[in-house]
Amino acid sequence: MIAIENLTKRFDKRPVLDGLSLTIAPGDRIALIGSNGAGKTTLFRCLLGHYRHEGAIARDGAAPQRRDSLFLSRVAFVPQLPPPLRMPVGELVNFAIRGAGADRVVMDKVAGRLGIDLDAVWRQPFYRLSGGQKQKILVTVALGRPVDLMIFDEPAANLDPGARSAFIDMLAERAEASMLIASHRLEEVAQLVNRVIELDRGRVVLDDSVVDRLKAGDMRRCVVRIREPHLPFARALASWGFAAAAGDTLFSGSIPAAENFRFLGMVSRYGSIVEHLSVDAGGIARQ
Amino acid sequence: MPASGQNTIVTYPGGGGLALSIRLELQESMRSRWFHFYAAVFFGLMVLLALTGISESRVLGFTGLSRLLVTYIQITMAVLPLFILVTTARSLVGDREAGSLEYMLAFPIGLGAWFWGKFLGRLVLTVAPVAAALLFAALYGLALGHGVPWIHVALYSALVTALAACFLGLGFFLSGMSRSTEIALGISLMVWLTMAALLDLLLLSVLIKTQIHPDLVVAIALANPLQTFRTASMILFDPQLILLGPASYVILDTFGVTGYVVWALVWPTALGLAFALLGYWRFSRGDLV
Repeated sequence: MIAIENLTKRFDKRPVLDGLSLTIAPGDRIALIGSNGAGKTTLFRCLLGHYRHEGAIARDGAAPQRRDSLFLSRVAFVPQLPPPLRMPVGELVNFAIRGAGADRVVMDKVAGRLGIDLDAVWRQPFYRLSGGQKQKILVTVALGRPVDLMIFDEPAANLDPGARSAFIDMLAERAEASMLIASHRLEEVAQLVNRVIELDRGRVVLDDSVVDRLKAGDMRRCVVRIREPHLPFARALASWGFAAAAGDTLFSGSIPAAENFRFLGMVSRYGSIVEHLSVDAGGIARQ
Repeated sequence: MPASGQNTIVTYPGGGGLALSIRLELQESMRSRWFHFYAAVFFGLMVLLALTGISESRVLGFTGLSRLLVTYIQITMAVLPLFILVTTARSLVGDREAGSLEYMLAFPIGLGAWFWGKFLGRLVLTVAPVAAALLFAALYGLALGHGVPWIHVALYSALVTALAACFLGLGFFLSGMSRSTEIALGISLMVWLTMAALLDLLLLSVLIKTQIHPDLVVAIALANPLQTFRTASMILFDPQLILLGPASYVILDTFGVTGYVVWALVWPTALGLAFALLGYWRFSRGDLV
């Protein structure tokens, strides 16, 4: 779908992306992680055609120029910070309908699940909404479009827990779309993605693809020990088929290799009570 | 409110994108304070001039609606370019700084359609209040029983459009070139001051003081869109250019009345479009956000 080769972007001679190479295949759901300044946002901007750069970005079915409208018609984008648009929400929604093929019916459903009523904020200037409302509108517009690549830059940062959960669910339902999600909180998107890419100083330092390691029946043995009995965690592990021992403080079971991120995402919610976690990867227990 | 059941990908890289961009710019500008203030100033000024009875006064032979229009257009020349430059120079660079450009340009709208849509939308909005004020003056003159010089009203509207196109192009050029709003505003003020400084009186004093070749002075006067606008607005009501003095011989001998009016319409428009093209070229070649 997208082949990035030797992508370099410099600001004042300082490389923010430094010879980055990457391919994004249809169906890839990628969590893009990395510390501040690692190059995540710059990579997005290069993909969207916002930046001049060295190296090549080949976009499937798109013209070779830096910015291609046909490619952008297949891409939905939510920026890290909501833009201070002065237009009313209704105008933004109409712009997305007329200019990007967004569907009002779909947008109404998405907005409803995120907990915002489009009609209620229709005439309100976008910039006067709260941070969470702005994010919900941007997500609504993005998910209201029939696209095959979604680029989200910290999309859930301003969302309340309910909306965040609904957002993750809706992304999971978009099985046909590829995703590139930048997040500082891997646990938030872990259950959604099948590939994790870590950037550091403009280079790919980790490209962990579940798909590569996925084999039918490939299971990982896992042991979890918690500080004290905790009923919700015990229930969550039971749903994964784990057996409890030592007074409901020691759990063991197996997880499918493909569900690795999703499992770790679930465990991370109880991070404060976990004393020990081991996942057997390829016969070597990592602790 | 729209309700669509369609689920197709729609792109507007061509004409549709341009119409969408114009529409967006019109809506955006009509909401903004600069436009409200701008429209109030230019329409209010005409109302003020009409109500103060300036059309009844007689100065250098001008009276009636002609007197009203001449006064209005001279004030327009001083204020309109500054207004346009200051508001336009910060448009692209301001959107870029605020982060709006990053979001809006992620939509599948052609870059050319985006840029030229903004340009055309602004052109319509900057001309509209002045044209409305001129129309008001004509109707006011009719109501008072004055003869309405419709051809002059039309030519003034065309001259204002040419001047607006010129400074819009310059504003978009500066906005496309600048990396910060402050720089764009600073340069636009410098440009306006330079052009205002090179108007005929100052130019004459430079000529006398420094003994520059007269042809160069005439060339500067002809190239300065403020000066061409000013002279053309005078020539419409004073075809002998008595107000201008000896310099009028150069204009009348070289161009004639019609030729100069055509020059005053074509040159600023061409200059504005050239600057806008340069601005677009720079904008599209560099980092967009």
